Amino acid sequence: MSATAPVRATTPRSRPRRPLRLGRVSTTYRVRDVLVPIAVLLVLVLAAAVSLGRGDYPIGVPDVLGTLVGLGDETQRLVVLELRAPRIAVAVLVGVALGLSGALIQTFARNPLASPDILGVTGGAAIGAVSVIVLGGTGTTAAGVLGGIGVPAAALLGGMVVAFLVFGLAWRQGVDGYRLVLIGIALSAMAHAIVNYLLTRSAIWDAAAANVWITGSLNGRGWDQALPLAVALLVLLPAALALSRVLGVLQYGDETARALGVRVPLAQGVVVVVAVCLAAFAVSAAGPIQFVALVVPQIAVRLTAGSRPPLITSALLGALLLVSSDLVARTVLPESFPVGVITAIVGAPYLLWLLVRGRRRSTL
Amino acid sequence: MTVTDSRTDSPAGLGQPPAVRLAAEGVRLAYGDNVVVDDLDLQLLDGSFTAIIGPNGCGKSTLLKALGRLLRPTSGTVLLDGRAITSTPTREVAKVLGLLPQTPLAPEGLTVADLVARGRHPHQSWLRQWSSDDEAVVTEALSWTDMADHADSPVDALSGGQRQRAWISMALAQGTDLLLLDEPTTYLDLAHQVDVLELVSRLHAEKGRTVVVVLHDLNLAARYAERLVAMKDGVLVASGTPQEVLTEQLLADVFELEARVVPDPVTGTPMVVPIRRLR
Repeated sequence: MSATAPVRATTPRSRPRRPLRLGRVSTTYRVRDVLVPIAVLLVLVLAAAVSLGRGDYPIGVPDVLGTLVGLGDETQRLVVLELRAPRIAVAVLVGVALGLSGALIQTFARNPLASPDILGVTGGAAIGAVSVIVLGGTGTTAAGVLGGIGVPAAALLGGMVVAFLVFGLAWRQGVDGYRLVLIGIALSAMAHAIVNYLLTRSAIWDAAAANVWITGSLNGRGWDQALPLAVALLVLLPAALALSRVLGVLQYGDETARALGVRVPLAQGVVVVVAVCLAAFAVSAAGPIQFVALVVPQIAVRLTAGSRPPLITSALLGALLLVSSDLVARTVLPESFPVGVITAIVGAPYLLWLLVRGRRRSTL
Repeated sequence: MTVTDSRTDSPAGLGQPPAVRLAAEGVRLAYGDNVVVDDLDLQLLDGSFTAIIGPNGCGKSTLLKALGRLLRPTSGTVLLDGRAITSTPTREVAKVLGLLPQTPLAPEGLTVADLVARGRHPHQSWLRQWSSDDEAVVTEALSWTDMADHADSPVDALSGGQRQRAWISMALAQGTDLLLLDEPTTYLDLAHQVDVLELVSRLHAEKGRTVVVVLHDLNLAARYAERLVAMKDGVLVASGTPQEVLTEQLLADVFELEARVVPDPVTGTPMVVPIRRLR
């Protein structure tokens, strides 16, 4: 070969993948993909312990950790396990679900701005929840039905219906990321218009309650919200991890993915169903806590220096962002402050810092 | 399931005519209502190196997509080893037929080694994500394409020519008998065009791959390909050796170009010297 380009000795290098084999089972890993989630997990445990200890009856971190493993006196057990743990559990589960959902959607759409909000989950869930809050107490037949459904189920249903409507309209023998995002933005705008209309028809106290729900809040959340979400994650988390391999190929574009033997429309369909279900269950539990699903995968991909949002790191980081935001919302600010406001305040500057500092381009 | 690269020895038996590996039979291709290719027949023999040529918009890339089952014909069939390609599991196809799109997407931050390793996807399963066979094939593909030194570089930091080498390396790692390339020399300067075609040519000569390539440059097509297929307005106008296809008459008919065709002083293959566009 005579015409090769001069070798650029200074091309940047990243860490290679290492093989891991056990009998017929084999995979590869990068050291960073193992260390980063472990580090995030440790910080998450610490943040959760601090959060469990803060409140009207303060408990130190060592005592909190002791109580969690079965030590601690009766008062500590009551405060930590029965009063505070349910809320923190909801925060962790919602964070895991939103982080995973965002990582799936951003990889699939090949767009860092894609998130469950853009797929219409948030807008649809808001229609469902606000309908119940606003119309549920009016005494009509519709009110009876809506009241029977309850806010979480209505949010779950609304989120899924609108998201699958977005996906259905974007479908043309497979889904193009841009088309999906554009249709999602249009339908989300319509959904928010409907929500605003409902709010104008509502009594002032209903409107206030609806507004708190729309911002996303962990106030008053407990085992009733944690349990359905935990059951959903029991199914959806393994499903998301099983998709990891096919996601790795989908990010090369439809044509290359097909050439490599992936049934692209089927794969896209499964990814979207899993991502939408994750987001819908999270929103149903705590309201549409904006920004987590958008910002967390982008932070995670930079921390791991990989080529796509890592699933486990995104899940853990989502939990960390939510737990620490909730800690701030509960302790630094007045008790009723919705956590959705804090996630944006905590997450946005960090994402900005990473964007400014990183070599990675950030195109739409 | 064997994953070893068995393409090095010639697949054609002695005295036997080579088999038809890929064929289009009465294929009609359309985007919505817009018919691009109609009633096209084409046979590609085992071990051949074919270039599809034709003016912009003649349907050559569309035909290549159909041959690579990225586009389903509205009528007619594409046969891979005698079997309809659209009813063969796509994963099975991916073990026999590789395809490089015209402008493939490489995710940001992805290393060359990761890209080439992705070529093993059709041979892997959830439990077997990186066997020692995979590793051996990828290492060999990297060194064969002279990309071993760049294995840990991000693909987006490479020059255009190196990037194309990385993609060809991935196609090599996929270990397919057939390889379809859609304008692999686009956006490259002449030296890198030659470099990429030399590499493809070696894939054909040394690895016994059956190659189909869509090319714009007629002189390079005539130099590297054994057979040319000329298309115009979705119709196959001529096919044969470069000497048979690349005539002054064909250039006038297909490209509306007045030109002289002289022997290439280096290889003796036909060389087009353009004069003016015919109107």
